[in-house]
Amino acid sequence: MAKLKSPGELETLRSSIIQKRDPNKPCITICNGTGCQSYGGKALTASFKNEIKKQNLESKVDIRVTGCHGFCERGPLVIIKPAEILYQRVRIKDVPEIVLETAVNNKVIERMLYTDKASNQKITSEKDVPFYKLQKRLIFGNNGLIDPTSIEDYLAVGGYTALAKAIKMTPENVIEEVKKSGLRGRGGAGFPTGSKWESTRNAEGDVKYVICNADEGDPGAFMDRSLAEGNPHSVLEGMVIGAYAIGSHEGFIYIRNEYPLAVRNMTTAIEQAEANGLLGDNILGSGFSFKIKIKRGGGAFVCGESTALMASLEGKVGEPRAKYIHTSEQGLWGKPSNLNNVETWANIPLIISKGADWYSQIGTAGSKGTKIFALTGNITNSGLVEVPMGITLREIIFDIGGGIPKGRKFKAVQTGGPSGGMLPENMLDLSVDFDELTKAGSMMGSGGMIVMDEKTCMVDMARYYTTFLEGESCGKCVPCREGLRQMKYILDGITQGRGKEGDIELLEELCATLLDASLCQLGQSAPNPVLSSIKYFRDEYEAHIKEKKCPSGVCKIG
Amino acid sequence: MVNITINGRQIKTEEGKTILDAARKNNIYIPTLCANEEVSPYGACRLCLVEIKTAKGRERLVTSCIYLVEEGLTVQTDSDRIMKIRKMLLELLLARCPDSEEIQKMAKKAGVEKTRFVEQEGNNKCILCANCSRTCEEVVGVAAISLAQRGVEREIVTPFNEDFSDACIGCGSCAYSCPTGAITMTDVKGKRIIKWPHNSMDFKLKKCSVCGQYWAPEKQIKYIAKKSGTPLSDYDKCPDCRD
Repeated sequence: MAKLKSPGELETLRSSIIQKRDPNKPCITICNGTGCQSYGGKALTASFKNEIKKQNLESKVDIRVTGCHGFCERGPLVIIKPAEILYQRVRIKDVPEIVLETAVNNKVIERMLYTDKASNQKITSEKDVPFYKLQKRLIFGNNGLIDPTSIEDYLAVGGYTALAKAIKMTPENVIEEVKKSGLRGRGGAGFPTGSKWESTRNAEGDVKYVICNADEGDPGAFMDRSLAEGNPHSVLEGMVIGAYAIGSHEGFIYIRNEYPLAVRNMTTAIEQAEANGLLGDNILGSGFSFKIKIKRGGGAFVCGESTALMASLEGKVGEPRAKYIHTSEQGLWGKPSNLNNVETWANIPLIISKGADWYSQIGTAGSKGTKIFALTGNITNSGLVEVPMGITLREIIFDIGGGIPKGRKFKAVQTGGPSGGMLPENMLDLSVDFDELTKAGSMMGSGGMIVMDEKTCMVDMARYYTTFLEGESCGKCVPCREGLRQMKYILDGITQGRGKEGDIELLEELCATLLDASLCQLGQSAPNPVLSSIKYFRDEYEAHIKEKKCPSGVCKIG
Repeated sequence: MVNITINGRQIKTEEGKTILDAARKNNIYIPTLCANEEVSPYGACRLCLVEIKTAKGRERLVTSCIYLVEEGLTVQTDSDRIMKIRKMLLELLLARCPDSEEIQKMAKKAGVEKTRFVEQEGNNKCILCANCSRTCEEVVGVAAISLAQRGVEREIVTPFNEDFSDACIGCGSCAYSCPTGAITMTDVKGKRIIKWPHNSMDFKLKKCSVCGQYWAPEKQIKYIAKKSGTPLSDYDKCPDCRD
């Protein structure tokens, strides 16, 4: 494979790839994201391949193994293109029928279709399924169209167009475009991405680093995993554009070790991009060089914090440090470093190719673009959803998520993982927006959205998150280490029937200390689950303490 | 020079100094536990937190041991908010190390008589300020002990928690730097015993060829001789008996 030496050569390659593809040829698309793989996706794929071979259909029917499609509740998912027929909960025994009836004879197998519970209608086409219809899958949509181990697939859907455009702009103009787009970091803090790039570019020094945070530690969050597994090139493209804008020649992707498929697919993507001259030396003949290395985490939630991540990259213990001097000035090895989340990087190619004006039309005044949420918990349609900022929680949970199963009632939704807060029913019309969610006592966070029904004990949930954070605290600073330890004792006590008068007030005092005195955001945001559950569900705490009763019947007391 | 205000007092201080440096130079009290002039600032105990307002009007809480002075900075070391935090931190430390006299003293000074929290049983006075490991790594240069584990399991240990650390030279710098007495060093009968929170080690002491006093661990002497490129025989006499 010869390295591409110009944007023109890239377009020539792209055209030749597209020309060789017949858009009318049936293609069986099989989801092999981690979720569907755990449902037997790999064996299912092998079965389809065998069946095609057995029936001598190799030249007539294609198979494409893709990353996560997002509709995880209904996996294993199989989509027959170009008809866009969606089959859900596919089993190996269904394979021969699907191959013969649908792929070859174009007939729909009714029983394999998705049934919309609201209308009781069977839906044939993927795009008509309410779960997908109400989303705006600008970033995630390509997962269904590409085999993540094929750079040709990525090129066929327009991949690396943005890179070719960016290197013809000045770095300053690229930064201006990202600033104008209003993109804010998708890792949780929501810091304006363009400003961060600008600070790093303007920092003193010739050696600068670009880092991708793929440590995704929030329990229940798997957006970054699915992007890194399913569309690794989109992340790489974003990073190359960022490195070009900032003036960096070396980058790192820090992937948590618990994501082996993401590590594998990202590694393959890097090799392919380098082989094609889209990464490495003299990218597209521009003279700009940028190399990326993958480093794996060692199993610590705190290493998702930017300074702890950088310490870990340096081979030191993953401990945060004070950020009075920003990492954009002194980061990795003391050099200016720009760290962004996987989803943030994945937004960059879209912003550059379609322009900031187009991008900033989506979302709200303060939060532009879309956000991918991992919708989990007591919800009918669990999976990954991509929605424009400004959509309400109600629309996500009920219209897209299909509401609460088993006829139960909605009780609360947790956004932002262990750093976020729990919001009750009367907040369901809140818009999903960085500032709106923070005002309500929660936060956007990285995108975890856990729905809870009436059989959830909110005190138990607060205890769960506090226990998680106590275990993940790095232990460096007193308020977080000792404070979470004591908070856990109190919450364990309350949920075990040993709560006493004054416990709630003591928890609130501890929370205030952690908020003010903790060294990093782990400690500073640890109070959120506790404080939000006290604010909106104080009666549950009081029932546990005063009456020794758990209203939802979860805690075994009394 | 930089002009700052601490608790209403106008103070001139050198650039590149921390708020803590400036406060101490002007006899303004800010409690600390993990601060140590000999090693890099750590910012872990959080006792030195102060309220600041920058010249541009940005208000925040920062650890004075790390934050560098800036022109026009306003600092409050004893505001209600700070005192609340300080008291809570000391209450938490009292619960961790109920037997530490140093913590009890600091707590009393801040107005904390007792702790409302669950006390850790059988604790060893270690508050994980890491003065010992930082001194061992940055000053002595051998990194014989270190922090291990995470969160509430965090502790100061020797490599693999064994009762010997090859790198340790028995100098006792860790014991000197420990603010709570969690590390002890005793010289008795030609032997030095250093006790860390979870391990202890013995070192053979060198006897002075003139006065017969045991004056330093043989291992430490070997290390110093090697580092300075001087012969071991230079150390046969103790410092008092040398010319």
